[in-house]
Amino acid sequence: MSIIYMLLAISVVVAIIFFIAFIISVRKGQYDDVYTPSVRMLFDDELVKPDPKENQPVNKVKSN
Amino acid sequence: MDCYHCGEECRSETLLFQEKYFCCSGCKTVFEILDSNDLSYYYDLEKSPGISPNLKEGKYDYLENTEILDKLLEFDHGNTQIVSFTIPSIHCSSCIWILENLNKLHKGIKSSQVDFPKKTIRLSFSSEELSLKNLVLLLVRIGYEPNISLDNFEKKENGIDRSLIYKLGVAGFAFGNIMFLSFPEYFEINEFWLEQFKHLFRWLMFSFSLPVVFYSGKDYFISAYKGLRSGILNIDVPIALGISVLFLRSTAEIALDLGTGFFDSLSGLVFFLLLGKFFQQKTYSFLSFERDYKSYFPIAVTRIFTEEGKTREEQIQVYKIEKGDRIIIRNEELIPMDAILIKGKAKIDYSFVTGEAEPVTKISGDKLYAGGRQQGGIIELEALKQVQQSYLTQLWSDEVFSKDKNSVFQNLTNQISKRFTYAVLSIAILSSAFWIFYDASKAWNVFTAVLIIACPCAIALAAPFTLGNILRIFGKNHLYLKDANIIEQTAEIDTVVFDKTGTITTNDRSRIEYEGIELTNEEKQLLSGSLRASNHPLSRSLYNILDKHNISTPESFTEHTGQGLETTYKDLRLKIGSPAFVNQTETIDSGVPNKKKPEKTSVYISANDQYKGCFSFHNSYRDGLAELFRRLSEDRELIILSGDNDGERERLQEIVPEGTRMFFNQKPGNKLQFIKDLQQKGRKVMMVGDGLNDAGALAQSNVGIVISEDINVFSPACDGILGAKRFKDLGKFFDLSGKAIKVIKLSFLLSLFYNLIGLGFAVSGNLMPVVAAILMPLSSISIVVFTTLMTQFISKDLKK
Repeated sequence: MSIIYMLLAISVVVAIIFFIAFIISVRKGQYDDVYTPSVRMLFDDELVKPDPKENQPVNKVKSN
Repeated sequence: MDCYHCGEECRSETLLFQEKYFCCSGCKTVFEILDSNDLSYYYDLEKSPGISPNLKEGKYDYLENTEILDKLLEFDHGNTQIVSFTIPSIHCSSCIWILENLNKLHKGIKSSQVDFPKKTIRLSFSSEELSLKNLVLLLVRIGYEPNISLDNFEKKENGIDRSLIYKLGVAGFAFGNIMFLSFPEYFEINEFWLEQFKHLFRWLMFSFSLPVVFYSGKDYFISAYKGLRSGILNIDVPIALGISVLFLRSTAEIALDLGTGFFDSLSGLVFFLLLGKFFQQKTYSFLSFERDYKSYFPIAVTRIFTEEGKTREEQIQVYKIEKGDRIIIRNEELIPMDAILIKGKAKIDYSFVTGEAEPVTKISGDKLYAGGRQQGGIIELEALKQVQQSYLTQLWSDEVFSKDKNSVFQNLTNQISKRFTYAVLSIAILSSAFWIFYDASKAWNVFTAVLIIACPCAIALAAPFTLGNILRIFGKNHLYLKDANIIEQTAEIDTVVFDKTGTITTNDRSRIEYEGIELTNEEKQLLSGSLRASNHPLSRSLYNILDKHNISTPESFTEHTGQGLETTYKDLRLKIGSPAFVNQTETIDSGVPNKKKPEKTSVYISANDQYKGCFSFHNSYRDGLAELFRRLSEDRELIILSGDNDGERERLQEIVPEGTRMFFNQKPGNKLQFIKDLQQKGRKVMMVGDGLNDAGALAQSNVGIVISEDINVFSPACDGILGAKRFKDLGKFFDLSGKAIKVIKLSFLLSLFYNLIGLGFAVSGNLMPVVAAILMPLSSISIVVFTTLMTQFISKDLKK
């Protein structure tokens, strides 16, 4: 049963690793703005859109 | 027809471009810029997301001054410059998208990041390819004008305070782990191996609880100490007592091998308390409640000086202007310091400073005060004082601006905690006294158990959760409060002081009266047609009330900026505008009754050089004003305090309830003093205002509320900002604050009930750790549920 020492040590270490990860994320400012990333996330697909149509006329005025 | 870019109704001119309609060439230009750079996805994200750009020539010339650049740039090295701006017009996801794709518009921009709640953008760019001035101009051209004011000048090292999140994290982490470790003992399994390991488990729990007590809980000790030193038994005193007794008794128990201790309850208690604090800490980061004149004043002005016989202009920091310097103020610019007018036609709008609605005309040699806005052409001034010493800015040296209002206010929780602490201490002493005689071995146990179980966790949570909920509900209904304490203070208000201009009146002048000779049909038709073509705000207002069915389009149309319109149709020639422009000053002097009130805004009209009459514009009062005043006056005194003249006294008297006191011609300093006098008579005063002229009064009052047409526009330092559309609901906000206090009181009763159950266990000497571990979270959670349900229930009326 002395394996329980080992298990305890592991569980505490794992908990502390997550705790440190949390502290780092707060320190980096991940919790400062919790709204914008939720919107930004939705743009990603559009950002990759790869067609900067070369030589396209700047003003394509349609008259009617 | 609505503009494809900004969504405004297209009025005079409608531009058709790529089968899309635009209200003005500015909007069309933005569309062209975005479209030609493959950024038209902007319009797919949201419908009509744009802002009509408004660029004034020369406005940003000061960004070429290196000293000013130094102050603005956050980082400046070689090829990389970083700058942050506040952009008030950020309002939707399209805005985020376009601003974060600025690098597609100009290769000089490396990256940009938007903070939507704060409405700020942080740009990294290369000043070799794109100067800061051009960067700002680029933003202005696409409709996102940054706000650069004297505020930007003082680089604030405002490191965000994240300590509460850390504390909450530590407490939550420890709480979870301790619960996990104490599980075996909850079931009291007398198993061999568990007996073997229980010491290890207990000391592990002890070490987890150390950061909870000494880091997460330290604010309670500090606050309790401060309270005791100044003789106040605040709510943190019993909490700190509870925490320390919990910790000491538990440590003693495990050290002497008497039991498991209460480490689980201890960390749970701190965790829940901090959760309450966190919940109450709702902030509206895009609003600032601490603004002073610096947010309004420009960062630089144009100074003129003579060098080698030549007159030259330069852009210079406002702070560097000394007495005697000559400066130039352009149309729509703010006068930053008291000065004497040297050259030019000054028409100064002081509405910002005094509340006076009408611009005043000044001639050369007149003194101009800081804060006025020039309307019209360029004027030349000689500075009389430095910025900080001007008449308006000196208001901020009054001590009221450095005082913290909240420190004086004793909230409900603290009022209760005083009696509560005495009661708990006497119960603890009495019951342990009883046990000393009955069974002395248990006396110490009972004493500590009472202090543990009576720790007012639920009481301390009642107010944060109730007020935090109400704060959010208010926010959804466009009343943004600085913090939750304001709600308690609002409930105690017995005197409400209103400013007039801009607060109880609207800014648009929709009440229009015509005085003079009646216009013929032809004249009326041409008038409508001419006004339709004009973009001047007065033309817009006037056009809105005229008959729009028979309109003749003018054959010739000239708009003289700052003067008026001249139009012809067939043989009819109309002049519409200022008296001087219409050229009928003598006629007005002689025959027209309007003469006695020259302060009114009027539009004069002449047909074929013959004076016809004038349309006078009045400020109209906000919707529901009479009803609001009637409702508020039932149990509060109402006072009107205006910086304007008393021209509207009679009309006001018809609207407001009898007995409402009114004071006119009040200067900013008078208003502050007036509020102070009321408070010395023991009144709890709310000030409702709108401009900088109310700033002193807003700061002095118990609760200062600012009415704002557009909450993105800056408002002076205050305790709350109310969207103008909800002005009529001010009474409901009052009611709701009162009800919130009742909810808190009910929650106190509920938590007392839990405390009585717990005390039953404690006094009889039977407090098991597991009972404490169940009772504490249970009482806390039921308080949270109760307050949430109740606040939703009482705010039904407001939502609708």
